[in-house]
Amino acid sequence: MIRFDGVTFTYDGAAAPTLDRIDVHVGEGELCVVVGPTGSGKTTLLRAVNGLVPHFTGGRLSGEVLVDGRSTREFAPRELADVVGMVGQNPAASFVTDTVEDELAYTMENLGLAPDVMRRRVEDALDLLGLHDLRDRPLATLSGGQQQRVAIGAVLTASPRVLVLDEPTSALDPAAAEEVLASLTRLVHDLGLTVLLAEHRLERVLPFADSVVLVPGGGSPLVVGGAAEVMTQSPVAPPLVDLGRLVGWSPLPLSVRDARRRAGPLRVNLRGSTPPAAPPADPTAPVAARLRRVTVAYDGVPALDAVDFEVRTGEVVAVMGRNGSGKSTLLGQLAGVRPPTSGSVDVGGADPARLAPRALVARVGLVPQDAGILLYGESVAAECLAADRDTGLASGTTHAVLERVLPGLAPDRHPRDLSEGQRLALALSVVLAPAPPLLLLDEPTRGLDYPGKARLVLLLAELAAAGHAVVMATHDVELVAQVATRAVVLAEGEVVADGPARDVVCHSPVFAPQVAKVLAPEPWLTVDEVRGALEVEAVRG
Amino acid sequence: MSPVARTTAGRRGLHPGAWWLWAACMAAAASRTTNPILLLLIGAVAVYVVAARRTAAPWSRSLVLFLRLGLFVIVLRVVLVMVFGNRVGGHVLFTLPQVPLPAWAAGVSIGGPVTAEAVIGAAVEGLRLAVVLVCFGAANSLASPYRLLRCLPAVLYEAGVAITVSLAFAPELVMAVGDVREARRLRGRPTRGLSGLRGTAVPVLERALDRSLQLAASMDARGYGRRVAVGRGIRRWAGATTAGGILLLLAGIYGVLAAGSLPWGGIPFVAVGAVLLGAGLATSGRRTNRTRYRADVWRTPEWLVTASGGVALATMVIAGILGVPGLEFSAYPLAAPTLPLLATVGVLVGLVPAWVAPVERTSRRVPAPAAAAADPSTARPDVGTDAGPDTVATALVSARIEGTVP
Repeated sequence: MIRFDGVTFTYDGAAAPTLDRIDVHVGEGELCVVVGPTGSGKTTLLRAVNGLVPHFTGGRLSGEVLVDGRSTREFAPRELADVVGMVGQNPAASFVTDTVEDELAYTMENLGLAPDVMRRRVEDALDLLGLHDLRDRPLATLSGGQQQRVAIGAVLTASPRVLVLDEPTSALDPAAAEEVLASLTRLVHDLGLTVLLAEHRLERVLPFADSVVLVPGGGSPLVVGGAAEVMTQSPVAPPLVDLGRLVGWSPLPLSVRDARRRAGPLRVNLRGSTPPAAPPADPTAPVAARLRRVTVAYDGVPALDAVDFEVRTGEVVAVMGRNGSGKSTLLGQLAGVRPPTSGSVDVGGADPARLAPRALVARVGLVPQDAGILLYGESVAAECLAADRDTGLASGTTHAVLERVLPGLAPDRHPRDLSEGQRLALALSVVLAPAPPLLLLDEPTRGLDYPGKARLVLLLAELAAAGHAVVMATHDVELVAQVATRAVVLAEGEVVADGPARDVVCHSPVFAPQVAKVLAPEPWLTVDEVRGALEVEAVRG
Repeated sequence: MSPVARTTAGRRGLHPGAWWLWAACMAAAASRTTNPILLLLIGAVAVYVVAARRTAAPWSRSLVLFLRLGLFVIVLRVVLVMVFGNRVGGHVLFTLPQVPLPAWAAGVSIGGPVTAEAVIGAAVEGLRLAVVLVCFGAANSLASPYRLLRCLPAVLYEAGVAITVSLAFAPELVMAVGDVREARRLRGRPTRGLSGLRGTAVPVLERALDRSLQLAASMDARGYGRRVAVGRGIRRWAGATTAGGILLLLAGIYGVLAAGSLPWGGIPFVAVGAVLLGAGLATSGRRTNRTRYRADVWRTPEWLVTASGGVALATMVIAGILGVPGLEFSAYPLAAPTLPLLATVGVLVGLVPAWVAPVERTSRRVPAPAAAAADPSTARPDVGTDAGPDTVATALVSARIEGTVP
């Protein structure tokens, strides 16, 4: 259905080709996952399918991309709209109309379909994606998961043969992600659609994949094949695959169910040992920040409802909950983004909303969801110098921090050309330079690959040990499993759970990480814990 | 008319064209009088209709923006008259310091005595413009700009999409400014003052550009701008008729607004121009084969709404022709405005849409919990639960409009 024949693509002005002599073939009705580190060319590969690369982006493409027998050489993206449905990384940015129903019909209107056909297909799409309650809603009022489903529906109504999705679940909470993936599998199974998708959160999509295209980046050749077989050599792998590699399962398990059925002996093996208990929270450690009965309301609707919260130095607190449950608002309160509607905020003895910018950054650093918004220098070096100047630090402080966070980042690169992980590292360094005792992170792993995530985990653990207090809002249960000492779950602006991370995530079916699901009821969270325990066992045995 | 269309019509609210015609008539009526009481009445009618029939959609909040703009226009006008106005005489309120001007600038004055007549006259002039603005604000709040666009002839559609997309951009720009200022604060940089402004503008524009590129890619991928080949002769004919039609139409509208400048009040120009334009657009429309999903229908409520606006305008015009006293407000000498009966009744007829226009379904959202539980297919985990603060707010607003929340 999709065929890349010897495709080489180079962006204008780029020294090396992004895609180098690629041959890929995705058969009809396949769900194919594109995996690879950030910046390896996954998005370029996806956009080449409907000709946005190179028709829209410019650059030079040689070789041939064929979709359903049509070559992107002869057909512009708009002429492939009836064959390829393309859903981008940020669905909200792709909406053309203003209500759900109109958005679903937009592509069909462009294709000139008869009104009765359009009507029928819109109803089908509403049912297929579970959107019928939302049909008249303005798009701006939808949640992230709903927007993602509308974006899928909007390309689906044109009844394409191929669906291409770029990171469809990265911005979603675990439940919403499952909902979107369930819709996708339904399309593959019931309609025989060919789906090509790129995703960093492999633990979410691998169970559904028929085949995997590994884009290793750095000029290495592509690896194409069955999911389990490609995963044996992939540099990026979900915890389940890591566990499988550790224990030596073959073929590798791709779903929790697979792994669980094989994990019996492992569970017996581990029965003798207990997971390394996290150091109990030091009740004498000074409190870094405290919220007292804080309520924040937008237009009279509370986003936070009389929340009590405190964080001590040396803690890494994960704030979890659905999209829209008040996580970002909580962080915003700690950073003094806006004064609370009622209640009091205390960060190191002051109300952050009243602090002048320079005094604020010395007490609390916030890396927002879109870390790039903090950066506006012309180059990495300029950004570092500006940060030193802004906060009155000795010249070179920020760059020294950056060298620790991510060594070897070329100082002359423009922040916009950096990969997601590099941008996060730079923003983090800028925020960390004045050494704020309280560090806040909003969705730090969005768009981050596994190596990037591993570096972040090490860094956060180091910071906590050095006496920083860290609060992060995240959907990423694997990150929580690896680094958080405490977890707080928010729902509808209220705290519904607060306790040691292990207890909170292990007891929740939604927030449990893969390893915990496989080894339940034993409370193991990460592959590293299991590895450590097995090594001890081996020595003992 | 197919049975499907009949049962579902009205559900999608009034035809946006009807709202715009009604609003245009009200605005034209306002431009025909300087009586402040009549002007305020027209403004009140527009605001009341919006309050009664607006939806929970984001664009329905735009009236407030237009009200503010109107207020600004009045203030600006008064200030300008105070500073630069003609010194005709009258009751002097206070005197501004006068700036001496060279002889060649005779007729222009800066500063000097400010009279009550001048200030009130300027305020009334400003009020007229403000009411016209409010009428258009009402149309903006009542009809989604995108739905109005859907009624355009196929050939104008693509240019129109570009315009709506750019209009939709303004609120996003405001949001981007907020985000960037927040980010500057987090970096320890000043958010106010000149350096704050400069530091904000560049990243905001950068984000705006980014977003428009994403949107353009999405539109391209979704078939925007697909063309059908047509002959060159047809294209030329279409271009000529369209251009000629627009010229005639413009001349005609000038004639209608500036009474007495063209024979027959310019009506024949308008008619011929409209026919030519229609023909031109229809011919060029052949190049695109777009179709319309659930085209808006025009029936009784649409006729009633348009007619109510028409009555308001007609009474004003007739009163003007009959020379009914009270239509014009006199500032020299200053006199209390009176209320001409005919025009007042006419303006009040403009309230009719508040009752006859169907309520759009967007304002009746969020299934009741009982209904959701009764229908297993709607009892999905996300309904109601993953509604963010915004959606809840919208729900509350719409509930308040319908009177379900005290």
